[in-house]
Amino acid sequence: MLAAATTAWAADPVVLTLKDHHFTPTEVTVPAGERFRIEVQNQDTTPAEFESNDLRVEKIVVPGGKIVVTAGPLKPGTYKFFDDYHPNLAKGTLTAVAAGKTQD
Amino acid sequence: MLASLIIVFREVFEAGLIVGIVLAATRSVPRRGAFIAAGVASGVIGAALLAGFAGALSDALAGRGQEVFNAAVLSVAVVMLGWHNLWMASHGRELASEMKAMGRAVAGGDKSLLAMGIVVAIAVLREGAEVVLFLYGVAASSGEGWVALLTGGLLGVALGALVSFLIYRGLVAIPLHHMFTVTSWLITLVAAGMAGQAAAILAGIDVIPSLGFQLWDTSWLLSQDSILGRALHTLMGYSDRPMGVQLAVYLLVLAVLAIGTHRIESRERPAAAGSKPI
Repeated sequence: MLAAATTAWAADPVVLTLKDHHFTPTEVTVPAGERFRIEVQNQDTTPAEFESNDLRVEKIVVPGGKIVVTAGPLKPGTYKFFDDYHPNLAKGTLTAVAAGKTQD
Repeated sequence: MLASLIIVFREVFEAGLIVGIVLAATRSVPRRGAFIAAGVASGVIGAALLAGFAGALSDALAGRGQEVFNAAVLSVAVVMLGWHNLWMASHGRELASEMKAMGRAVAGGDKSLLAMGIVVAIAVLREGAEVVLFLYGVAASSGEGWVALLTGGLLGVALGALVSFLIYRGLVAIPLHHMFTVTSWLITLVAAGMAGQAAAILAGIDVIPSLGFQLWDTSWLLSQDSILGRALHTLMGYSDRPMGVQLAVYLLVLAVLAIGTHRIESRERPAAAGSKPI
């Protein structure tokens, strides 16, 4: 749409799996300065709420369900995310890396 | 138990603040108790339904159902809050002047109450659905100590109700005609904050441009996740990392309501004074 037309997009979504109230992987990397998607698959039998104040997302993931959220463009840095229903167990970090510094 | 108490309390806190403000803002409007109680009850029923259909909503509109729904109900709340404020601007004087105590019904009062009942229902619905899902998860996991977790959750709901009571008591301690000025400003700020939040949600799914994903970051000073940050987020739309479009919509709604209220009040003033026309 309007915004998407003028914004750079990271190619593939970052995929996170929730199982036993833990994210896999717990650390992910995205390119800085681009919009990107995060897909969250909930393999637990209880609902989760994928949330990140840093990334400005908050979305319910029903048991066995998956959601996609969009964030960015980010400045280089580290951003936290968590399951708001199990904030002490299910948490991870996303690192935005400046263009040209990614390892290919 | 403490963990689930905190999780639930954080969810019901925002709804609690809004119910308290609405109770104060509708003070001395006849029959407000019934409308607000109905609002809370509809919100709870709606929250249970919404939780039950969370999966379907999530998959709706190509995975954007939750966002579109949240932005839509926030927008409805903004319109209702704005309407109430403009109505109060033209009738607040009658309410403050105790004439209603003589049994004189305020014309249109029921419509304003309906609007505020809807605001309460929406606030309870949004936060309540998340509480219902959390408590469902606790009950369904049937692990050790789920009774304690559930107890903690219910205590969290009770604490949220206490927040309503405290902010209500705090507001009604203000002398009546000053109180309406305070609640009018609070409602304007709440409405502007909700409008900004709705815009940020829509920008999050690329329906509208974000005009800057993060204008600034004041989370080092006051995190939006702290209890004070959450209170200010609800009361005046505080955001530690605002989007450009969020700020723009916030200021727009703030200006429209502030100017609208002011114009109605200055039009009403000579009539209410009952003396020399201008």
